Amino acid sequence: MVEKSFKVIAETGIHARPATLLVQAAGKFDSDINLEFNGKKVNLKSIMGVMSLGIGKDADITITAEGSDEQDALRTLADTLNKEGLAE
Amino acid sequence: MSSLLNGIAASNGIAIAKAYRLIEPELSTSKRTIEVPADEQARFRAAIETSKQELESIRDKAEKDLGADKAAIFEAHLLVLSDPELLTPIEDRIKTESINAEFALKETADMFVMMFEQMDNEYMRERAADIRDVTKRVLAHLLGVQIPNPSMIAEEVIVIAEDLTPSDTAQLNRQFVKGFTTDVGGRTSHSAIMARSMEIPAVVGTKAATAEIQNGDLVIVDGLTGVVHINPTPELVKRYEDKYTAYEAQKAEWAKLVNEPTISVDGKQVELVANIGTPKDITGVIQNGGEGVGLYRTEFLYMGRDQLPTEDEQFEAYKAVLEGLSGKPVVVRTLDIGGDKELPYLNLPKEMNPFLGHRAIRLCLEEQEIFRTQLRALLRASSFGNLKIMFPMIATLGEFRQAKAILEEEKQELLKNGVSVSDHIEVGIMVEIPSTAVMADTFAKEVDFFSIGTNDLIQYTMAADRMNEQVSYLYQPYNPAILRLVKMVVDAAHKEGKWAGMCGEMAGDEVAIPLLLGLGLDEFSMSATSILKARSLITKLSQSEMESLAVSVLAMDTNDAVKAAVEDAVAKFN
Repeated sequence: MVEKSFKVIAETGIHARPATLLVQAAGKFDSDINLEFNGKKVNLKSIMGVMSLGIGKDADITITAEGSDEQDALRTLADTLNKEGLAE
Repeated sequence: MSSLLNGIAASNGIAIAKAYRLIEPELSTSKRTIEVPADEQARFRAAIETSKQELESIRDKAEKDLGADKAAIFEAHLLVLSDPELLTPIEDRIKTESINAEFALKETADMFVMMFEQMDNEYMRERAADIRDVTKRVLAHLLGVQIPNPSMIAEEVIVIAEDLTPSDTAQLNRQFVKGFTTDVGGRTSHSAIMARSMEIPAVVGTKAATAEIQNGDLVIVDGLTGVVHINPTPELVKRYEDKYTAYEAQKAEWAKLVNEPTISVDGKQVELVANIGTPKDITGVIQNGGEGVGLYRTEFLYMGRDQLPTEDEQFEAYKAVLEGLSGKPVVVRTLDIGGDKELPYLNLPKEMNPFLGHRAIRLCLEEQEIFRTQLRALLRASSFGNLKIMFPMIATLGEFRQAKAILEEEKQELLKNGVSVSDHIEVGIMVEIPSTAVMADTFAKEVDFFSIGTNDLIQYTMAADRMNEQVSYLYQPYNPAILRLVKMVVDAAHKEGKWAGMCGEMAGDEVAIPLLLGLGLDEFSMSATSILKARSLITKLSQSEMESLAVSVLAMDTNDAVKAAVEDAVAKFN
């Protein structure tokens, strides 16, 4: 299992569009991918799961991936977060 | 059988077509025990697939017609239909409990809706509506009923709805939607404003359109008088076809004035400009002979999306408008949010009196990053045309000075970085708060222009909420109290060599126009479709006679007395 932590920098947090991008990216991998925030853990392939966390600016979040393509998955998600200016 | 509804004439013109009800069908379901769970699961998956295909084609169409940011919402809807947290529990329940797909879907989705509705963030609460929306689509496919997809209309129709939301209207295709009629709304409600900007006839506030009109009924929408006929007799259709022809002929007559100046019979020239909401409206401004833009409502750039527009996005929009008007004046109003216009993603607290609350310039002076981003985008765009900047909801001179100082700071910063900025941008204010109208003589020494926003000026002067139908009788544009305030503003501007305009509904109103001409108003900003009619009226009037008329009505006692006096005086000129 691999994991990585981020700090959310986007002004509006992880709302609809950012959440859409993340879930779309996660959906391309076979690994189980989870997102953790504030002690709650959700399936990162679930748009409703991700949105239900209500992640705002300055939140500390952790992404974990477990499976055959876990390395790839984590790298792609980190790229998406950086490229879209969502988190660092 | 032929019948008739009365409503409010919201957008000029006549339309005759079949009814298209933009109304949710009944989607009730009950629990059933099923024989073969595997078949039921397959039926459920098929409904999901059909819904996805439908959403994909809606998304593609929205992207093509409205742009990627408006299509993003359907992208999110599609993801909900692939969400394992939604699909897996439903399939599990179909199997373990041998229940029908409709019921399993409804129960599971309701749980999510409830969860989102209970969140303490308004933006998240609105997501509950997204889930409900998507669920409805799948449910409809399971039940074999059709839900309306307004973006997919492909024949001439008249849309029948309780009310039209911005996202409904954004999906309407002008080629096929010939008119619409709604149960609720007034002349200044969103649906009415959209109808005028789309130039389609509309009657709003009929109270009973959805109750009385069925799909496929023949409907006549008379946007000139506010009447809707349902299944009219052939004789009535003929009469309306004639009326339509006459209206088109009159429009053709007005069209001859497209490139003409607006000059009264005794030689007084005024400027007729348009109110717009997006760069797409420019075509209408030019086709209708607009001499510029008197009000660019920038809040539409911020609405119907999930985050603030970037500086570059705004720059592109402002540049498009300035270039599209090729050097004609463009008055841009800075962000006017709050009141009846909300931005869910800003997550602003609910207020008891939003119209008297933290809105427009008050919000911008507090949330300066939002304000500064907009000002930078405007300043960068300024070298592409004739830009004038207007601050909304100014109540004190202090607010104007502060806003202007911020504008100046951003300008100096851009110049320091070598960005070119026009050096003759006029900076003015909306006059919509009585305190500002009363103090106009003081303001006139510092602002470059005034634009009177009558919708708000009337509601604040009469202390009557314009969203509340029970006090709508107090919406009195010709009340001498309002006219005296207008006079104070115009006189104050002229005393300092400045100009005064008006950008509320009143500027395009046939009864108000003669009085405004008489009071010396310089610029009239209205819906593009009202411009030629207004020009035709003004070119028949004498400014000096209207001035005498204005003086006499200022001493009258009621709105109705003024209205009657104007109609009487104008009749002579026709």
